[in-house]
Amino acid sequence: MTVASSSPPSRLSPRDVEGTAPQPRSGRKREHGGGGDGALAALFIAPAMLGFLLFLFWPTLRGIYLSFTRFNLLTPAEWVGLDNYRRMVNDPIFWDSLKVTVEYVFINIGVQTVSALAIAVLLQRLTQSAVLRGVVLTPYLMSNVVAGIVWLWMLDTQLGIGNEIIAGLGLDRIPFLADETWAIPTIALINVWRHVGYTALLLFAGLQAIPNDMYEAAKVDGASEWRMFWRITMPLLRPVLAVVLIMTVIGSFQVFDTVAVTTNGGPANATNVLQFYIYGSAFGRFQFGYASAMSVALLAVLSAITILQYRLTRAGQTDLG
Amino acid sequence: MTAVTATTTKVRPQRRRLSPGKVLAWTVMAAMVLITLLPFYWILRTALSSNAALAAHPGDVLPVDPTTGGFERALGLQSTEEAIAQGGSGGGLKFWRYLLNSVVVSTLITVCQILFSAMAAYAFARLRWRGRDKVFGLFLAGLMVPTIFTLLPNFVLIKQLGLVDSLLGISLPTMFMTPFAVFFMRQFFMNVPREVEEAALLDGAGKIRIFFRVMLPMASSPILTLGVLTYITSWNDYFWPLMVSYSDSSRVLTVALAIFRAQTPQTGYDWSGLMAATLIAALPMLVLFGFFARRIVSTISFTGIK
Repeated sequence: MTVASSSPPSRLSPRDVEGTAPQPRSGRKREHGGGGDGALAALFIAPAMLGFLLFLFWPTLRGIYLSFTRFNLLTPAEWVGLDNYRRMVNDPIFWDSLKVTVEYVFINIGVQTVSALAIAVLLQRLTQSAVLRGVVLTPYLMSNVVAGIVWLWMLDTQLGIGNEIIAGLGLDRIPFLADETWAIPTIALINVWRHVGYTALLLFAGLQAIPNDMYEAAKVDGASEWRMFWRITMPLLRPVLAVVLIMTVIGSFQVFDTVAVTTNGGPANATNVLQFYIYGSAFGRFQFGYASAMSVALLAVLSAITILQYRLTRAGQTDLG
Repeated sequence: MTAVTATTTKVRPQRRRLSPGKVLAWTVMAAMVLITLLPFYWILRTALSSNAALAAHPGDVLPVDPTTGGFERALGLQSTEEAIAQGGSGGGLKFWRYLLNSVVVSTLITVCQILFSAMAAYAFARLRWRGRDKVFGLFLAGLMVPTIFTLLPNFVLIKQLGLVDSLLGISLPTMFMTPFAVFFMRQFFMNVPREVEEAALLDGAGKIRIFFRVMLPMASSPILTLGVLTYITSWNDYFWPLMVSYSDSSRVLTVALAIFRAQTPQTGYDWSGLMAATLIAALPMLVLFGFFARRIVSTISFTGIK
């Protein structure tokens, strides 16, 4: 998602942010083009349209349909009405996995947003070094699988460097991924490690849009960095922060890879996040209908969050204009 | 911050002054860089150690009992007996096969997705046709659909098309477009001055020609950034390839790596082999990033794409 204009230097203007705003001067086109470009447009849009209909639009409808059926891939789907949803509401494992997911999302988002903001502000106020920006992005190049395996090793109870340091300090070793209490926070932090640099760069983009003279003026007035952060940075960054937050919430609700590689849902369902449970229902137990119903629930949760966040953030929108 | 006084300090540039706050800020920054980079070093250090020595010296900073055994196991170069003797499972990676699969899938997805998305974006940004904004709105709404939602039906579709366990089956769903790619390219095309196009029209060029000869070359920078990010994303994708591929013929590196991890003896992981394998799987993206880092970082820093 583009937060600001795609051509540097970045400036947040309504025209860039508004997706469907009509273009200025588009009327003039007719003089040269000789009528609309219907046929050409159809040609240009055909491949993307094919992909959209086949792999996004139709699957969405089909997923909703499948959620009302019993379907195991081998025999045709059988309409069962609301059975899957009834089962879902009465399924303690579903509610547990939802709870675990929410716990994950809170820790992941909380830590990630605060650290990303800190990194972005440090990158902006301390140094504009492109090398440092490149460095913070490197974990993003790793796949979740690689990140999961590396941290599995570093946090190993007996041999991991993490526990070596903890033991060296004279503290008790922590079974990070093998303990019911520690597993979810640990997985959340592993994913923070992988994604925080990217989020920081997005916020950095937002910070670039704040005119430097505002800081200069505040400095002349004797404002401290701390005060400038709360009085200038935060209010002006809020719209960008809101968009970034929505994207990361949507992303983190869909945690799967790291769980699959590190804990496989355990110990004792402690990391059985929703996406993992859906996957298990579909491909472990071939309950595609039930898995689809849970996917619909996830879609509903995500849509609700998106709408709610848009509402909340629109109210406090600031404009640099 | 205090006002600048008329002393000798005035000669030095203002940024140079070290206040306690700045020292603290740099310390935090250094700690963050350390946390960011430490795992990369630890991969290398472990990959070059032997499993037996790792157990004895878990905290040593340098590789212990340096050996390339881990890499040999990961690449499937060791005999089964030799591998098991060194703490491996005996099951190696057919590295070159998986690397080729990953390259084919990522390249196919990246090239097609960006070409088709750019074409659609051009139609949305620059061509006049009925229902344009409505169709674009529909595309945008696709951003909101979580991946898990389309994965199950897509799997059913790919199965019905007979493409399960094929590289094409892995590539198809994201080959034609993603809402984000269309949105991103459209943003760029909308900001290209109309005069550029009009000049070409006056020279008698058709719109197809204009797109391929004028607009696409102009968009090389955003295309490069989008391309590298798409490449990284499809290279790192795990969930979808895991669903679709069953055998070596279509297995990509991420899936192979997860399987290698699952094969390693549960009693004592083959950490050295695992770390060698993760390094091998991650290296191509690190190299790719190394080439384009500066341009990508500055494009992201300026545009804030996600």
